[in-house]
Amino acid sequence: MQRRTFLKSTLAGSAVAVAVGAGLLTPRMVLAAWPKAAFEAKSVDDALSSLFGSADNTPSGDIKIKAPDIAENGAVVPVTVSSSMKGVDNIAIIASKNGTPLSANFKLDAGTQAMVATRIKMGKTSDVVAVIKANGKLYSARKNVKVTIGGCGG
Amino acid sequence: MANSIKIRARAKGNAVTVKALIKHPMETGLRKDKKTGKVIPALFIQEVTCKANGKQVLLAEWGPAVSKNPYLSFAFNGAKGETVNLSWVDNTGQSDSAEVKVK
Repeated sequence: MQRRTFLKSTLAGSAVAVAVGAGLLTPRMVLAAWPKAAFEAKSVDDALSSLFGSADNTPSGDIKIKAPDIAENGAVVPVTVSSSMKGVDNIAIIASKNGTPLSANFKLDAGTQAMVATRIKMGKTSDVVAVIKANGKLYSARKNVKVTIGGCGG
Repeated sequence: MANSIKIRARAKGNAVTVKALIKHPMETGLRKDKKTGKVIPALFIQEVTCKANGKQVLLAEWGPAVSKNPYLSFAFNGAKGETVNLSWVDNTGQSDSAEVKVK
């Protein structure tokens, strides 16, 4: 009898282990989709080609970037990107002089409006570039943001 | 990582604006601990998924250059009463999610 209970409990134990293993697999699979190469790219063009397969983009007046002219704290720069274009399915935010320029990439589904707002870190004064993918083409806009480190105002 | 997300969804006309704040250190992996001089390992959110009534509306892919305690806002075509679900996963596999009804 004792042997039987022992077997039962070990069996139950291994079933739990399998379940945990299966559970752990899910986040790993999700992470595999994360574009590691694009986020580790050291230049804007490399990041774009890695993310979209091409770095060719057309400057467009239909993209609006809302960011401060002077950011006193480079660790928190609020950025809002919006566009009046139709069929936008991707918005990427790039801080052009950061060590790894790509800050964030947003994938929009149909019915999601072409507007995202977030806050990014910037190492030094540079252009914030917004790249939008609409109808298979890349469009971009840029805005210079001055970063004052350790000062109050500039 | 329970309760790391503050989320609000508000309908205006037929657009729903979602605003979310996530509590997360967003370490770049480049900063050094001032006391020990050792590099603090990278810890940042990689993916944020947003769903409305179970259907994905936004997938955000983030690098370490997104600020500490990230803020995210976006809008989609929806209506009052829909359920908005937001979840994140960081580079160590930690995750959290929150759900809110559109007001």
